[in-house]
Amino acid sequence: MDETNFNTTKKLSLGVWRDFYTYLKPYKKRFIKLIVMMVLLGIIDASFPMLAKYAIDEFVRNGSMDGLPLFIGAYLSAVISLSLLIFLFIRMAGRLETTMAHDIRRLGFIRLQELPLSYYDNKAVGWLMARMTSDVTRLSETISWGIVDLAWGLAIMTGISVYMIILNPVLALITLSVVPALAVLSVVFQKKILGAQRKIRKINSQITGAFNEDIQGAKTTKTLVREDKNLFEFSHLTGSMKNQSIKAAIISSIYLPLVIGLGSVGTALAFSYGSGYIMEGIITYGTLVAFISYTAQFFEPIRQMAVIFAEFQSAQASAERVFSLLKETPEIRDEGYVLETFGNIFDQKKELLPPIKGTIDFENVSFSYQPQEPVLKNFNLSVKPGETVALVGETGSGKSTIVNLFCRFYEPTSGRILVDGTDYRKMPIQWIHNNLGYVLQSPHLFSGSIVDNIRYGRLDATQDEIEEACRIVNAHDFIIDLENGYNTQVGEGGSLLSTGQKQLISFARAIIRNPSLFVLDEATSSIDTETEKIIQNAITKVLTGRTSFVIAHRLSTIRSADRILVIRKGEITEDGTHKELLDKKGYYYRLYTNQYLDEEGINEI
Amino acid sequence: MKQFKKLYPFLKGYRMIFILAMLTITISQLFYAVGPIILSTAIDSVIGSEPITNYLANRIINALGGIELLRRSLWIIGVVIVLNTALRGIFLYFKGFLSAEASENISMNLRNKLYDHIQKLPYSYHVKTDTGDLIQRCTSDVETIKRFLGIQLVEVAGSLSMLAFILWSMLSLHVGMTIYSMALVPVIFGFAYAFFKRIQRDFKEADEAEAKLSTTLQENLTGIRVVKAFGRESFELEKFDSDNSSYRQLVNKLIDNLAIYWSLSDFLSMFQVGVVIVAGTFMVINERITIGVLVAFISYVNMLIWPVRQLGRILTDMGKATVSIDRVSEILSIPVEPLVENGEEPEIAGEIDFENVGFSYDGKKQVLQNISFHVNKGDTIAIMGPTGSGKTTLVNLLPRLYDYSSGSIRIDGLELKNIDRHWIRNNIALVLQEPFLYARSIKENIRFTDPQKQEKSVFNAAKVAAIHNDILSFDKQYETMVGERGVSLSGGQKQRMAIARAIISETPIVIFDDSLSAVDSETDMEIRKALEKRKNVATTFVISHRISTVSDADMIIVLDKGTIVQSGTHKELLLQEGLYKRIYDIQASLEYDVMKA
Repeated sequence: MDETNFNTTKKLSLGVWRDFYTYLKPYKKRFIKLIVMMVLLGIIDASFPMLAKYAIDEFVRNGSMDGLPLFIGAYLSAVISLSLLIFLFIRMAGRLETTMAHDIRRLGFIRLQELPLSYYDNKAVGWLMARMTSDVTRLSETISWGIVDLAWGLAIMTGISVYMIILNPVLALITLSVVPALAVLSVVFQKKILGAQRKIRKINSQITGAFNEDIQGAKTTKTLVREDKNLFEFSHLTGSMKNQSIKAAIISSIYLPLVIGLGSVGTALAFSYGSGYIMEGIITYGTLVAFISYTAQFFEPIRQMAVIFAEFQSAQASAERVFSLLKETPEIRDEGYVLETFGNIFDQKKELLPPIKGTIDFENVSFSYQPQEPVLKNFNLSVKPGETVALVGETGSGKSTIVNLFCRFYEPTSGRILVDGTDYRKMPIQWIHNNLGYVLQSPHLFSGSIVDNIRYGRLDATQDEIEEACRIVNAHDFIIDLENGYNTQVGEGGSLLSTGQKQLISFARAIIRNPSLFVLDEATSSIDTETEKIIQNAITKVLTGRTSFVIAHRLSTIRSADRILVIRKGEITEDGTHKELLDKKGYYYRLYTNQYLDEEGINEI
Repeated sequence: MKQFKKLYPFLKGYRMIFILAMLTITISQLFYAVGPIILSTAIDSVIGSEPITNYLANRIINALGGIELLRRSLWIIGVVIVLNTALRGIFLYFKGFLSAEASENISMNLRNKLYDHIQKLPYSYHVKTDTGDLIQRCTSDVETIKRFLGIQLVEVAGSLSMLAFILWSMLSLHVGMTIYSMALVPVIFGFAYAFFKRIQRDFKEADEAEAKLSTTLQENLTGIRVVKAFGRESFELEKFDSDNSSYRQLVNKLIDNLAIYWSLSDFLSMFQVGVVIVAGTFMVINERITIGVLVAFISYVNMLIWPVRQLGRILTDMGKATVSIDRVSEILSIPVEPLVENGEEPEIAGEIDFENVGFSYDGKKQVLQNISFHVNKGDTIAIMGPTGSGKTTLVNLLPRLYDYSSGSIRIDGLELKNIDRHWIRNNIALVLQEPFLYARSIKENIRFTDPQKQEKSVFNAAKVAAIHNDILSFDKQYETMVGERGVSLSGGQKQRMAIARAIISETPIVIFDDSLSAVDSETDMEIRKALEKRKNVATTFVISHRISTVSDADMIIVLDKGTIVQSGTHKELLLQEGLYKRIYDIQASLEYDVMKA
């Protein structure tokens, strides 16, 4: 889904991890506990061959079982503490991972709610999803288990080296001579393996994207009869997935034999020299056995360290992406003193917010989505409380921008917007939103029942109020006709309902808020005319007494507005009632006659 | 086991490779199991002075130059150890290569099969499908199956053969010690199995919770405008929190279980090693085994521990694999549209007859009843009617997205059901109300059905659909990426893109399913005028709520509750009292104002 996902920094960068340290702070204690546990575990793991050595040397060589109970006791307590440590560390590292993922995800979600709509303009949902899901998972997984493996690996390697040196320094040096080669080999190969895996992940995300299209575009694909070509293109993707995967498997399949081969060189060295030492009486049988065990034990931690090294590199890329989201500062946000007075969007002191009467003033408002391309320039507009303002104009004329600014989805680049005489930037963002009824052209419903969706407008709405709202928009009849009535599930994004039905429900959702501000953004385009006529009356009723902005293509929706503005290139070119504008015989007149007088029948009636 | 039976067909074509992979891992395990014997023989007979009882070892030692030579040149034993490991490594390499070859090919085929199956599932399936769940099945479930085939199945074979070799070697060394060494192994196995049974449900629950979390997140992100407009940020956060926490809680539960499993199985394993050390020491003291044999047993028991521990993990993953196999098979078991049915492939002119056509989605509720009308080649038919009256269903019957339940539809006199589905769809351009754009450039989207089309045709189609100028206003113009990874187009722009895509192939039948609803009326008219120039080429169906869009039609059909309540031309219908006139009056009641103006 996301190509930038894989632009991994080549080297481990301390900057990113230093950055991460701030986020790690809450878990510092747990990290320390974990590290202590893993060090202990590594030492115990390294001690087992010593116990075997002791048994061989003390009991076998001497031929007596004196001290055996003590030995059994020591062995048992080592095993019990080992098991206990394993239980504790898995629990703890696992919980650390899930808690970290949980907390980072939560922070990310909060940030996403705070970011203004402009942030979403050029970001695909899949792109954001990847950050919030797989990146967070990889990050927390690598951190918590990586620390575990790292501490354990270092402890066990140190433990083994120390034991070997205590047993026989010369033999220890001879045996350990393969370790540098082992380490270099592991690092080189793990890097290669990771590089291959990264390629695979990239193809994998393309495959996921293709499946997404396969499913969501299936209806369209059918009508276009594109199945064969689609499959042909898709099989290219899966083909290169196969080739890359096999390549990666081959690299791993070469690595493993090389490493165990090198390990056996260590064993061979230990044996060749060790057995000579035994014959010369320098070391005991037990020591030789311990050395042979150690050569086998050394390989796993080295491999794991190499894996961690490689994984940290890819986790770093994830970390960068996650933190760039967390560090994003919302362009539109409440100023410090607004936050202090009214609380943040998640904890708003609603009782402190004055009710909105509905006077709206645009004062010299300029706005551009992209610098150099102003959409509005020194725009002025005064709207009286309760006035319904219809905006008419071509696509790109700026009518949606006016509504977006009014809703404070965007803020003016310069100039200001006053609501009831107050610059709305001096009030919390939710001040507007709490008083806003908003109906969109493509109505977005959430999965859940119809009643859940309408209640989204007002969380404490009763069933009666909900039904009342549905009656107003003429949705009640079709809803009770559904098998489960108001409890019918609407599906993901409302997919189980028709567009018209979704629009009606989103209408009811807005009405139930009983808001003082209202925005209809192409809200009735998919509703059939008869229903629209009925709703039209309702709309007129509902909009009365509320300051409203209406964008519509259908002039029937527009004509009942108190005031109609024709917007062209970011400027108001005509302003007046339906009748006044028709008298003017300007753009509105032409538009209107286009839509209604282009019918041959009209003059004949 | 039923699941494995289901999986068996997927293995087709690669069974030999699988068998080879299992064979190579078995051979490599054989070399692995020989290792401790080399060590114990060397300790007892080279360093020590025990006689060599094993015939094979005797032969090898003699071949290497006899005990005396070995005692003088201990490095030869080192070379034997390394050689033995090298042989094991070579076979391990082949095992890795072979199992990747097989599992990657199989998963490639499975992916292709799923992809094709899904796009060929009937229209009715896609109307109510849950995208997130389906994607998960196609991606992570396939991945699980692949891991099962590529790693686990072969790994199990390796573990079992190793177990067999070790058991055989141990028995040949000392029967009594073998019993001590294996005493706890069945317990460890049993424990692993019980655990695997238990954990399966937990894994599933955690996966479901994760999917729910993703869905909540995705819905929040796609509906962010609504969230903001309604000031529902804190409500959304609560919802997210509850999903986020329950996911964490379920994973924690899983982790707790895993912690118990690993610690207990480690305890049992290490206890087993302890038993061997103590019992072996006794036996050496009592001179029932040699010190080399004790070393061999310690090695063997250590070698056993890992596969036994690993078995628990593989078994839990096998639990996942069986679930995945079920989930994937479920998709594949849904019958696809019979696309290849050797139907007729006639030249389509565009004359259409509906005769008493009826349709029901579920066999109970009639969505369409007694639909009869005749359409001449090249005519424009407009369909109007209230929401839910069956307009979309009616036009969906033509490209056979649904097959009519009763009556007859004839195209150029031929029964529609006898015409090949692909063939008829190739002859009908249907523009959906909510069209889907693919993640590629605008140009590629418009010529999606035929990538060979000249740029000129693309531009022309875009001009007819009145989207050409919009496209030119984008930075990259026709190369602009749309869809998932590209710019987001407005509803009207999407609809016009879809119109351009539909008309580029100049089919004899064109259907617009309310596909101008998000286009403003000026543009609507522009498009209609451009389309009218093609009037004699294609038979056109138009669903719309706008009188102005439908009034030019050669015939207007008014649907209500699944039946035709009115039909005729604009003029004719205006003379009748009925739905059409009512709609007209509503829309044209404003004419007064105009007259007065």
